[in-house]
Amino acid sequence: MHYSPAPLHIPDNFLSLFIAILFWGITASAVGMAISKTNKSLGEKQIPLMGVMAAFIFAAQMLNFPVAGGTSGHFLGGALAAIVLGPWAAILVMTAVIAVQGLLFQDGGLVVMGANIFNMGVLTAVISFGLYRSVIGKSKGLRLAVAGIGAWLSTIAAALVTSLQLWLSGTSQLQIVLLPMLGVHVLIGIGEAIITVAALAFLERTRPDLLNEKATSEKGGRGWVVGGVLVSLVAVLLSPLASSNPDGLERVAEDMGFLHLGQSAPFQILPDYTVPFLGQTPLSTIVAGAVGALVVLGLMIVIGQSLRKRNA
Amino acid sequence: MHADAFDRFHETESRLHRLDPRVKVVVTVLFILSNALLPDGAWAALGLAWIILLWANQLSNLGVDFSFRRSFVALPFALAAVSAIFSPLGNQLAEWHVGPLVLIPTDYGLIKFASILVRSWLSVQAAILLVSTTRFPDMIHAFEHLRVPATLTTIVAFLYRYLFVLTDEVMRLLRARKSRSAAAPGHRPCRDVAMQRLYMARVTGNMAGQLFLRSYDRSDRIYNAMLARGYTGQLRTLNAHVMKSSDWRFAALSALLILFLQLIGRL
Repeated sequence: MHYSPAPLHIPDNFLSLFIAILFWGITASAVGMAISKTNKSLGEKQIPLMGVMAAFIFAAQMLNFPVAGGTSGHFLGGALAAIVLGPWAAILVMTAVIAVQGLLFQDGGLVVMGANIFNMGVLTAVISFGLYRSVIGKSKGLRLAVAGIGAWLSTIAAALVTSLQLWLSGTSQLQIVLLPMLGVHVLIGIGEAIITVAALAFLERTRPDLLNEKATSEKGGRGWVVGGVLVSLVAVLLSPLASSNPDGLERVAEDMGFLHLGQSAPFQILPDYTVPFLGQTPLSTIVAGAVGALVVLGLMIVIGQSLRKRNA
Repeated sequence: MHADAFDRFHETESRLHRLDPRVKVVVTVLFILSNALLPDGAWAALGLAWIILLWANQLSNLGVDFSFRRSFVALPFALAAVSAIFSPLGNQLAEWHVGPLVLIPTDYGLIKFASILVRSWLSVQAAILLVSTTRFPDMIHAFEHLRVPATLTTIVAFLYRYLFVLTDEVMRLLRARKSRSAAAPGHRPCRDVAMQRLYMARVTGNMAGQLFLRSYDRSDRIYNAMLARGYTGQLRTLNAHVMKSSDWRFAALSALLILFLQLIGRL
């Protein structure tokens, strides 16, 4: 099978345990919310659809096209899934795809799978759907252009966050890893954008009912626009800043204590709650990671609640 | 293409194949976690972990070096860790000038790099052993027993079940593209290379859109067919998955071994 692994799937043990567990927490809460949302909206009919769509993404990644120098780019599909299926369904679909890639093909690890799902599933869904949601009802050209930008940006954001995770874990030096990572994915992202736009244009011609204004606004509320624009802005501002001045970013992170957080045991975030029998053991790393994940989960629940109130 | 075209399962009779899939999943994850917890440069413990892995290979009747021979998939990613060699902590070993960069490898960085590589290589081998001795549907079932939400496991089960169908569909699309993309030898179909690439990417996009529609319509038919056969939203299985006492013994032994590894790594 000509299944070609993408350079974004982090293998096991390339991230520190703290970062891995933290991102598992974030991903688990996002996936949990996605499950409850999709269960509420369409019920059991949605599940076979999402399963087959996940198989579609997997199979579509075999569609390759030649890029310069004898290499070939292939389709990633996250942006297309987010725009056509909606962000919640896309998160579930990408989770299934990444889980099977990791479990069956060892493309991406198991303990770091949370980070992989976050980078390639959650981020992609937020950016591409959020941006696309802001232009529904506008002209076809504008919508396709924004979809392309979303696909390109989400590829770059995934590369950026992957580099940051590797750096915070102490696996890579930021100065060395960031520029090649971003450089490669700026190119991969262009291919991704063109294919996504072409596929959407094809769907507009053949099945306009899947992409009309009503169908899209039902898939996710206005909150996604805010999220999408914010995350895109961070990615757009942080990428050139970090790649032109990685030392600066490193110093900021050092001053704020992020570096120690990622690399060694993060006792600092729980100074008043040190459990005596935990002490300086790996267990406290896990406990602290779990606490961090719970904090994030709590934040997401609060945000979700406030969004729901505003919608009602 | 056959339904199990993508399964990495290797059919044999062995202790490891018979083991309850839950035990295999949990022990594999524990092993990977244990590797992550071992300090940098704990070579004795990492070596012992490999010996345990070789022993597990032996138990699987697939050959001692089975997982080793297949373990180089994660190697390209090692590039990302190379920069750890130049960690500012530790003693300087040399000084290399590469263009405008000054690279200073340190002893700490070198140990860190090697440790990351060995750990991840051991973890990949454990995962390979897991998928080679467990049928994929059994593995999904195990995750369901381990409280992974049924929505997710069902989506993964569908993904696995229809992957080969859609792969056949992709093959048809690729064959159609190939048979319509004739060009005389030595002649470029389009003079402008950039335009040609754009055209190719657009064709690929059309193929992706076509594949999407075919999958979308297919999922409708699948759902209706399943409804007609009494689908209630739950996938059923004939494998009951009951933990036997031998499964418990294996789980306990593995947990003890992993604890022992941690002890050795910290001495």
